[in-house]
Amino acid sequence: MKTAKLLAATAFVAASGLTVSQAQADELTLCWAAWDPANALVELSKEFEAQSGHTMKFEFVPWPNFADRMLNELNSGGKLCDLLIGDSQWIGGGAENGHYVKLNEFFDKEGISMDDFAPATVYAYSTWPKGTPNYYALPAMGDANGWFYRKDWFAKPEIQEAFKSEHGRDLAPPKTQMELLEIAKFFQEREIDGQKRYGAAIFTERGSEGITMGATSAMYPFGFKYENTPGKYDMEGAVNSADAVAGLEFYKELYKTSTPPGYTDSYMEQSLDAFKSGQVAMAMNWFAFFPGLYADPDVGGDKIGFFVNPGQLKEASTLGGQGISVVAYSDKQDAALEYIKWFAQPSVQKKWWDLGGYSCHVSVLNDPNFADSAPFAADFLLAMDGVMDFWQEPAYAELLLAMQKRLHDYVVADQGTAKEALDKLIEDWTEVFEDEGKL
Amino acid sequence: MSDTPIDRVAKATPPSVAAKIRGLSDRAIAWLFVLPTIFLLLAVNIFPLIWTINLSFTNFRANRPNREVDYIGLRNYERILTDEDIWLTMQATAHFLFWTIFFQVLIGFTLAWLINRKFKGNDLWTTLIVLPMMLSPAVVGNFWTFLYQPQIGLFNYGISFLTGIDPSSFQMIGDVSLAPWSIVIVDTWMWTPFVMLICLAGLRSIPDYIYEAAEIDRASQWRQFWTITVPMVLPFLMLAVLFRGIENFKMFDLVVQLTGGGPGSVTELTSINLKREAFEKWRTGYSSAYAIILFVTVFGLASIYVKALNKVKER
Repeated sequence: MKTAKLLAATAFVAASGLTVSQAQADELTLCWAAWDPANALVELSKEFEAQSGHTMKFEFVPWPNFADRMLNELNSGGKLCDLLIGDSQWIGGGAENGHYVKLNEFFDKEGISMDDFAPATVYAYSTWPKGTPNYYALPAMGDANGWFYRKDWFAKPEIQEAFKSEHGRDLAPPKTQMELLEIAKFFQEREIDGQKRYGAAIFTERGSEGITMGATSAMYPFGFKYENTPGKYDMEGAVNSADAVAGLEFYKELYKTSTPPGYTDSYMEQSLDAFKSGQVAMAMNWFAFFPGLYADPDVGGDKIGFFVNPGQLKEASTLGGQGISVVAYSDKQDAALEYIKWFAQPSVQKKWWDLGGYSCHVSVLNDPNFADSAPFAADFLLAMDGVMDFWQEPAYAELLLAMQKRLHDYVVADQGTAKEALDKLIEDWTEVFEDEGKL
Repeated sequence: MSDTPIDRVAKATPPSVAAKIRGLSDRAIAWLFVLPTIFLLLAVNIFPLIWTINLSFTNFRANRPNREVDYIGLRNYERILTDEDIWLTMQATAHFLFWTIFFQVLIGFTLAWLINRKFKGNDLWTTLIVLPMMLSPAVVGNFWTFLYQPQIGLFNYGISFLTGIDPSSFQMIGDVSLAPWSIVIVDTWMWTPFVMLICLAGLRSIPDYIYEAAEIDRASQWRQFWTITVPMVLPFLMLAVLFRGIENFKMFDLVVQLTGGGPGSVTELTSINLKREAFEKWRTGYSSAYAIILFVTVFGLASIYVKALNKVKER
């Protein structure tokens, strides 16, 4: 009888143990865009799996479809993603529509301080309403639009000589937007190593966010702003100021005079292709791609150099990057929060940077060795000091599509003037804000 | 004499059920058979249509389920009909519709007329000609973006070979004036075989004795063509125009793959524009009104056209 009781007790304990371990070990799905840093995150997450017993599944969507796919998922209350590394502009919609879990209580409980992350990234990736201490994401991947160039071409004596005789100065990475244009024009259709090359690969894509991200990289340094007073939606004189118009005209000139033929609908992939195939001397793209480019056997290493988006009237870069959020519709929120707690640790953040992710943690960024840890690290710090982002309103998609249309109509399709394009953009945005009840 | 299967089923049917069925009139039995179809039609066609009409008078957004929905009367319709950009997409659609149908009818009829002659390899040529319409529009769109590529595209090299101009000096899908033609060319390449097949069916339905009678009457080939061939193929041709018109009015996949509606918005057809409003901007009420306007337009035009087609058939 004793044996029977012992067996029964053992079976009960074993069964209970099994139940507990099954309840604790969840399969978490993390959704993000399909790009280089996502592969680094898969590698990084193995440590989390080993420590927590949870298994990680990843849903990576190519960039052109990322917003469509994920926003549809959120809007339909889908349970596909437990964790979402969503674009910075989604934070308003994520918060107001109840898609993201508010993290304040969790941060307080777990001792996660937002002071441990770069202020610009906390502002951009985590807060809604902007700048308030209401957190819906943990800064996960710092990013900005930067530039890379063919260092080996720049160093060629005949190129140096030709540039100096044309412009009276040494050929070097540009410090201003006007210098960038000069250099891009200089390389346009120039023969190097027996092949015709072009000036620069820039963003002109119409369908998602490409041309907006590209053009604002020129317009911000020229003085483009969304509002005169933050939070007031007073766009007249900010969006269409003389400086903003000059910035947009500049971008059109860059497009017309310095890009390869047929470069009418190009974004990240096309920029990388143009550079890797040796078509262009310079290219804009997100810092996220720089580790991969530096490691490229054909155009990386000594052949590539990097520079921050040049200033003009001021220093500014278009913000990229994302925060990581817990999806409100997930049934595994506890495990998802566990992942965020693990991810916020300084040691994990250090490893994240080492693997090719861009940490936003101050312990990584303020490390005295950080600037020398990669050829683009110092430029990344500079860029993050002056980042500007698109509207992060719940109606961000409408606002973005309007800007895509107006910019593409003007820059690529030659319709109207820059002033008219920006005036029409204000009309579009005003209509959206009126519908939203904000004007 | 052994029972037929029907007799066996009748005997096997329980008397109570049999009585019930016997009690039904023919009309009632007919309704029994038709009702599931009617129900399906109501569920998947009529109800969504009525729901869309209802939504078109609201400011509803599908991505904001928690927001209060207001009835705003005809404001969505007014906005759409006074929106300059929407009229531009209508113009782009009209340009696409007119020229694709024009070229497809012209080339399709010519090809059918040629194929209808009896010559060696006739079947092989027919198969080769119809190949493009067997491809997926997404594949065709992607494929042609490479053909149109200014630096490596075969199309540009072909034009360069024929005219001597530099292949990278023009951009079919990047140039505002050429882009609308680039989509016309691809659609024509893909769907001319469809028109050809319909015309071929028409041509082959003309009895030989009519031509023989015309020959006896010493009618010239030209006269036979205009007085026999064209009138007898016309109903088929009009049917092809109707099919292509409806298809091209809702054209989406091919053009999205090819130009994405660009450059700017010059190839943004109404279906692309509507998709952006409905599923990217999530203006559900507004896009419902937009869809209703398009529905009424297509329905109205198609009704007029079908009446004309019937008149031609009656002649």
